[in-house]
Amino acid sequence: MDVTIAELLLQDGLTTGAIYLLLAIGLLLVFLVTRVIFIPQGDFVAYGALTLASMLAGHVPATLWLLDVCAVASALLQWRSWRGVSWALGPALLITLATLVAVRLGAWVWLQGALAVGITALLAPMVYRLAFRPLRHASLLTLLVVAMAVHFVMVGLGLVLFGPETQRTPAFSNASFTWGEVDISGHSLWVAGCCVVLVAALWWMFHATMLGRALRASASNPMGARLMGIEGDRMAAIAFAMAGGIAALAGLLIAPITPIAYDSGFLIGLKGFIAAVIGGLASYPVAAVAALVVGVVEAFASFWNSAYAAAIVFALLIPALLWLSVRTRSIEEP
Amino acid sequence: MRALALALAAVIAAALLLPAFYVTLMINVGLASLVGVGLVLLTGIGGQTSFGQAAFAGIGAYTTALLTLSFGWSPWLTLPVALALAGVAALLIGVVTMRLSGHYLALATIAWGTSAYVLMGTLPGLGGFNGLVDVPALPGLRGASRMMLVFVGVLVLAALVLVGNLLDSRQGRAIRALATGRLMAESMGVNTGLVSLGIFVIAALFAGLSGWLYAHVQGVVNPSPFNLGAGIEYLFMVIIGGAGSLAGAVFGAGVVLVLRDQLNDWLPRLLGQPGNFEGMVFAAAVILALQNMPQGLVPLLLRRRRLVETRIDVNAPALPSREGAGAALKVSGVTRRFGGLLANDAVSFTAQAGAITALIGPNGAGKSTMFNLIGGLLAPNSGEISLGGVRIDGLPSRRVARAGVARNFQHVRLLAERSVLENVALGAHRRGRAGMISAMLRLDRAEERALLAEASRQVARVGLSELLHSPAGDLALGQQRMVEIARALCLDPVLLLLDEPAAGLRLAEKQQLAGLLRSLRASGITVLLVEHDMDFVMGLADHVVVMEYGRVISAGSPSVVQADPKVMDAYLGGVVA
Amino acid sequence: MTALLEVTGLRAGYGRAEVLHGIELMVAEGEIATLIGPNGAGKTTTLQAIMRLIPSQGNVRFQGVDVGGLSTEELVARGLALVPETRALFTDMRVEENLLLGFYRSFRQGARDQDARLAQVFAIFPRLQERRRQLAGTLSGGERQMLALGRALMGRPALLMLDEPSLGLAPLIVRDIFAVLDRLRKGGLSILLVEQNARAALALADHGMVLEMGAVVATGASAALSADPRVLETYLGQRHG
Repeated sequence: MDVTIAELLLQDGLTTGAIYLLLAIGLLLVFLVTRVIFIPQGDFVAYGALTLASMLAGHVPATLWLLDVCAVASALLQWRSWRGVSWALGPALLITLATLVAVRLGAWVWLQGALAVGITALLAPMVYRLAFRPLRHASLLTLLVVAMAVHFVMVGLGLVLFGPETQRTPAFSNASFTWGEVDISGHSLWVAGCCVVLVAALWWMFHATMLGRALRASASNPMGARLMGIEGDRMAAIAFAMAGGIAALAGLLIAPITPIAYDSGFLIGLKGFIAAVIGGLASYPVAAVAALVVGVVEAFASFWNSAYAAAIVFALLIPALLWLSVRTRSIEEP
Repeated sequence: MRALALALAAVIAAALLLPAFYVTLMINVGLASLVGVGLVLLTGIGGQTSFGQAAFAGIGAYTTALLTLSFGWSPWLTLPVALALAGVAALLIGVVTMRLSGHYLALATIAWGTSAYVLMGTLPGLGGFNGLVDVPALPGLRGASRMMLVFVGVLVLAALVLVGNLLDSRQGRAIRALATGRLMAESMGVNTGLVSLGIFVIAALFAGLSGWLYAHVQGVVNPSPFNLGAGIEYLFMVIIGGAGSLAGAVFGAGVVLVLRDQLNDWLPRLLGQPGNFEGMVFAAAVILALQNMPQGLVPLLLRRRRLVETRIDVNAPALPSREGAGAALKVSGVTRRFGGLLANDAVSFTAQAGAITALIGPNGAGKSTMFNLIGGLLAPNSGEISLGGVRIDGLPSRRVARAGVARNFQHVRLLAERSVLENVALGAHRRGRAGMISAMLRLDRAEERALLAEASRQVARVGLSELLHSPAGDLALGQQRMVEIARALCLDPVLLLLDEPAAGLRLAEKQQLAGLLRSLRASGITVLLVEHDMDFVMGLADHVVVMEYGRVISAGSPSVVQADPKVMDAYLGGVVA
Repeated sequence: MTALLEVTGLRAGYGRAEVLHGIELMVAEGEIATLIGPNGAGKTTTLQAIMRLIPSQGNVRFQGVDVGGLSTEELVARGLALVPETRALFTDMRVEENLLLGFYRSFRQGARDQDARLAQVFAIFPRLQERRRQLAGTLSGGERQMLALGRALMGRPALLMLDEPSLGLAPLIVRDIFAVLDRLRKGGLSILLVEQNARAALALADHGMVLEMGAVVATGASAALSADPRVLETYLGQRHG
């Protein structure tokens, strides 16, 4: 392997690593606020990419109808509260209208992309409402099993909604730059840029806005948060929506690099998830660095032997779990 | 025994009478049940989850396929190798996660399930994703034959009996404590990490056995039935059937496999798409089941059975007990901080051997912290704690328990569904030595009789004999506290730590408790208690240590302490001028 | 004197064990009422039940309105604040962020005067201003109590409920905190003070209630209760001794 190839692999690795980083942040956010290990996040990656692909092909995306059905279902579940119903139906209705218009007019790609992210993001709190909220007092393990079941349901629905074909979406930029000996693709720069902007925006939100502080508060001390009047349900729904939106954006970033099918999301999501576990399901910075490492390791492993790449990436978990074990003093009560 | 004979008869009848199609289906149900029995043990009872059981089955299947095809081994000889490999794989995964809380094991099995599938498809000699074909049948048991159904049925029944035996034993009590009482079990000296590792390995062995059988039933082995999705479906089966009972494994496998067959037919037609949509339906069923009937289907199909009344053999030989009487507990200069909070500030006191020492003080004085430091739930920042001259500070709680320290909990920690007898017997865990294998094979009966006899003696000692077989959760709070004391006594302790033992007791119960503690003192046990009921403390203790703001402010005999104005102020508070 | 909070027949417990057997209590507008009693009497459970942190039955009226069916968050929105025994601070967040979270409810209801409120809290507890950038987890016990109290004040509650504010604190700090409570009352705030430290609580409060075994066994003006020998007995247990 010469230096050029190594640099190329590094670039590839950091690009996918940046996408995993976004997913790791979404996972941590959802876990810390709701204790749900968000296994289906990968499916939101696929839904985001496939929604855009379907819109660009001139169709009304099937996810839109799924969103509307879920919105009606969760409105029915909270029919007693006018606010609950309007929160369930209002955003879904707005985005449905916007999408119908955008598809009919064949609007700009970026607008369609934004709508695809929006549809997917709105779907996530519905999933919370229907699957997880009834079990909010259940054990972590029960929530994990439900998360796995939601993933199964989403994959099955994905096949029904999108069919079995893989799809690509257009790169954010087809430009290419030369830097020394290496060609840097414009899309890679877009990925890096999105990642930096999003991380900065999240940091700002968590530290400088009331909503962000409230999210951190419900992760830090749920009882304390309730006593401040912070509604746990609202925080959970927002965390899910943010994670769903982040996942959909990751889908738009990754689909120009690797074609996406209804069932491709899971493995992509798992990479972000490995990074989050390496961060002890607690630390955003460690998870972020781990995500970049996962991306780079995966790129080099695929070059060395593509067949074993997945297994090698998962092997990164072993030292991380050992390290966590060593740090754990007493037995943790589940 | 009668149930077993009936089940066996049912299996034979099914094998003889069912049409061929259903014979194959029932064999598959049997294979899935074997995996399910392991998962019930691991998930429903042990409170841990694995998504990677199919990968263990894959190890069993590939091992036997490879050894029979490439090396010409007899299928019977490959079984031990297949099981050993599955067991070792589980051991490695389990060791990495055994000290961590339960979800890490589950997460590791996701990675395991995914990697194992990749490896099965790519390792040289395993035939890639097409797999290995023409795996020989078991001698005398052709493929999906009627005889095979009988064989599989017998294996499933054997698995049910083995796991049933395991659960009804010393190790079984420890396993049942994993889900909700790990901290408590550690304080009884149980190495819960090792126990959870044990059941993970056992579950993997059952999966390995199922895979081994699968290879010989099908004659073909390829990676897809052993991927992560398959592993997750095994878990779904158990949850739908009812993860809390062994019957759930069989019910779940039966319901899911029979339904799958039907769904496979008409779901694609309904959705106008070819594809495997059954997974989606079962997943939705799992979500609804967990939301609405966490016990699964079993309670719908079987009446809830009462707890079995274990017979107590009063003539069982006594358990080995400790040499010598109680030893003194010495706490010197112990400091413990929590961030900026100083919970214990250079605390020193001694609890004399064979005496009752009371630790009192207003709420927030640092008594609970001191208790947890002695009990090994916390480590001090500085200072020493020793029992009979041996340092115990900084040891994990199970090693403190082995050193002879037994305790109760301020918020009672009992397994509410299990009987008083079983709860108390958990305290005697360290006094037995039978392992999981001897429990499964019923080689532990003599020791088990002795353990249960000891437990029932301690229950009698606290005056609850008539409630021996009641679920502990049905008892009044005061009685539950007495059960905890009986459990602690089963440890054969040198030092008994009691955290508010009289809270919630009625006057008569308090008097009974005081009598019990006096008799323990007479037998030489050292007692250290934290208590708020002053009547109780002053009438009972030999020595009283008063704490406030993390320090010892007064110590001495009850009358000396009661007359100390500092103590009066500590309790009622100085008047704020 | 109008009743701000009126509780009748409050029952609650944990699992199958009932801890409160029909509590009756009342806090009047502008007063400090205190609920005292020995450990295990059910004081903390009473507050948790009023605040709907645990399920409970019974009648709770606040500002003349039945609030029995409301959630914790809705009670906070109506002006009930609880500083729990554990303080429930956000230990991995800064002191200032903790205080600002106390403003969350008001913020959602449209208030934007967080700076003025911060200044008020800092005027009451200058220590918090010195430590505003520190993580709450690094504070000492006394500072934690000040932060918990300051955080509750940020929401301008109509009724402040305190669960054992003296817990684990040195007498000097307790005196400071009680002096603050006295000043808050003079400013018109109503307070329900739950205390084990009976002398200090009764010396401060206008009226007191004594809780024993999950029921209110004595109630009256605090001066009268201080002189009542039964109160002393509940604590030091000299009835049988």
